[in-house]
Amino acid sequence: MQQLLVLSGKGGTGKTTVASALIQLSQAKAFADCDVDAPNLDLVMHQTVEPMTTNYFGMAKAIVDEDVCIECGQCQKQCRFDAIVHDQQRETYFIDHNACEGCGVCKVICPVGAIHLESCIDGQLQLYKAERIFSTAQLKMGSGTSGMLVTQVKKQMMEQAINTDFAIIDGSPGIGCPVIASISGVDYVLIVAEPSISGISDMERIITTASRFGVKTFICVNKYDVNTEYTDKIEDYAKRKHLEFVGRIPYDTQAVKAINQGNTIVDIDCASGRAVGQIYETIKKRL
Amino acid sequence: MKIAVLSGKGGTGKTLVSVNLASVAEKASYVDCDVEEPNGHLFFKPMIEHVESVKVKIPKINNEKCTGCRKCVDFCRFNALAYVNHSVKVFEDVCHSCGGCMLVCPENAITESDKPIGRIERGISEKVQVHTGILNMGEASGVPIVKQLLKNDTREDELVIIDAPPGSACIVMESIKDADYCVLVAEPTIFGTQNLSMVHELVELFEIPFGVVLNKCLDEDNPAESYCNDHKINIIGKINYSQDLAVLSSRGEIVSRIDPQYQTIFKLILEHIVEEVGYATTSRT
Amino acid sequence: MRILIPVDEQVKDTDVCMSFGRAPYYLIYNTEDSTYEFIKNIAAASPGGAGIQAAQIVVDSQAQVLLTPRCGKNAADIILGANMKVYKTLNPSVQYNIKAFLDGQLNPLTEIHPGYHNHGGN
Repeated sequence: MQQLLVLSGKGGTGKTTVASALIQLSQAKAFADCDVDAPNLDLVMHQTVEPMTTNYFGMAKAIVDEDVCIECGQCQKQCRFDAIVHDQQRETYFIDHNACEGCGVCKVICPVGAIHLESCIDGQLQLYKAERIFSTAQLKMGSGTSGMLVTQVKKQMMEQAINTDFAIIDGSPGIGCPVIASISGVDYVLIVAEPSISGISDMERIITTASRFGVKTFICVNKYDVNTEYTDKIEDYAKRKHLEFVGRIPYDTQAVKAINQGNTIVDIDCASGRAVGQIYETIKKRL
Repeated sequence: MKIAVLSGKGGTGKTLVSVNLASVAEKASYVDCDVEEPNGHLFFKPMIEHVESVKVKIPKINNEKCTGCRKCVDFCRFNALAYVNHSVKVFEDVCHSCGGCMLVCPENAITESDKPIGRIERGISEKVQVHTGILNMGEASGVPIVKQLLKNDTREDELVIIDAPPGSACIVMESIKDADYCVLVAEPTIFGTQNLSMVHELVELFEIPFGVVLNKCLDEDNPAESYCNDHKINIIGKINYSQDLAVLSSRGEIVSRIDPQYQTIFKLILEHIVEEVGYATTSRT
Repeated sequence: MRILIPVDEQVKDTDVCMSFGRAPYYLIYNTEDSTYEFIKNIAAASPGGAGIQAAQIVVDSQAQVLLTPRCGKNAADIILGANMKVYKTLNPSVQYNIKAFLDGQLNPLTEIHPGYHNHGGN
């Protein structure tokens, strides 16, 4: 199975808008939303079935047994993540799960064995199984381990889509763990760039990150007419870095309309949709 | 007073709002906590006065004292230690700096040394003190940088505008936890609204007073506005989409510094917030 | 000689697992008596540093040779540090690769990929 991952570096450049359009154009039978912190793809993919949900258990975190706790405070003293709080009323210390990193120091330091580590539900994996396989997930607020959930989203898609030869993955913004987890094992990356000073800065960072994995990379520019000078800069940059520049998409209020009606930009006739259509034709020749 | 500007989703205009709120104030600090992709400094272009490294602690093994008991290897939940060739090997990129291996070693064979994970650049742009956090590429967590950015004690009357990272993960929580007010920036799409509901949940959880700025407004129905109305959320500002604004922003211009119309818009938003925080403080006493 | 291979199932005719660090099991083939044993890879469930923990398991198994399609930098540092030899598998068949190795047809694995930087990369 060949996999195309859509990334951006900066948020809001149009990753999901472009990814959803490519899914429709390519008629991909398998796709995934790896932006587990803020999944959006489900809003425009017209699911016909309810998803199957599985609990996602993240990194184990500490829990204090308040009946055993003697309030010596050693755990709080040693915790480097400010995750332990004293509750005078309940006569115990307790763990803030948003701050706890699951290191286990409090467990070993506690003189009375009042602390143990336990995996909690950190989110939900969702699988839509119909004529197409759509794998996605939602991470609970404040959870740390999004990389692992991203890996599970991809794994779920690959396990279910056995006879599929092409899949598209909507990635997440940034350059951190979830992005790196999503790049692993894909064949192609399409970067959706924005022609602004912040967009270029973020694009350079994501390209540097992606290049460590030696994946074939394409670049396109969205909302290119907001600044054609910067768009040209991006195209030059792509040439210098030997990355393939595959097209420009205009700013299009029709796109907003389509999205808000739960459609992709190729479900209606609009300028941005036509531009993505051309980008798809260019990419198709390289797959 | 600390005001944190956040959005569930990237690209809604968090930086536009935070940079301009800081610029229209009499005097303010702007703190960029989006350490993976800091952007505020591209607008301020501050004169840098000070750069400081942000470091975390990494274990250092004294192999002469080490007896190969492997208690440290077995303890580490992040698999940052391995025992090979009769010595303990440390993997810095997965170490969480918890200090636990040092505690469990029965031979005192483990000490700690510093590893830089990023830096903070501090500078000035007109009346704004600009503090930018930058995470080195490849590093796992920017939380230590945010902690250091927000560590400085600020006086009550100082205005601090915090540009939070997108999303609602730990680093966002770290950025907003001591804020007096949160500005949620929303764009008029269903994508933006879905993510607005996430940060809405977050600020309710932290019990911080908040309001919404609707950005990139068009003439169409605005799902984010409907969401605010449905949930009785205070809308403290509306910025219409304008090609001119988009172009100026793309060039890294601070619009309130060059266009009086925007200066007024952001001044009104800031006044609104100050009033609300004042009200919230008095009603809490 | 003990030859170790990451595999999907605990049977000798199974496929080579595409991931080293998150393979569910490791197969060890002993050339001296032609026997097979299997180790469960507990690193597979690890949120981060799976390659490191997996490499520790592999080194502790006292195998001399690893046959794998790929391997990350952190795991490679441990495995090569323990003076094990690593060879690249040619196809999914465990049996094919064992025979190919013994016939001297496998090449050492030279492309070590960068670490997946913890927190659950594959």
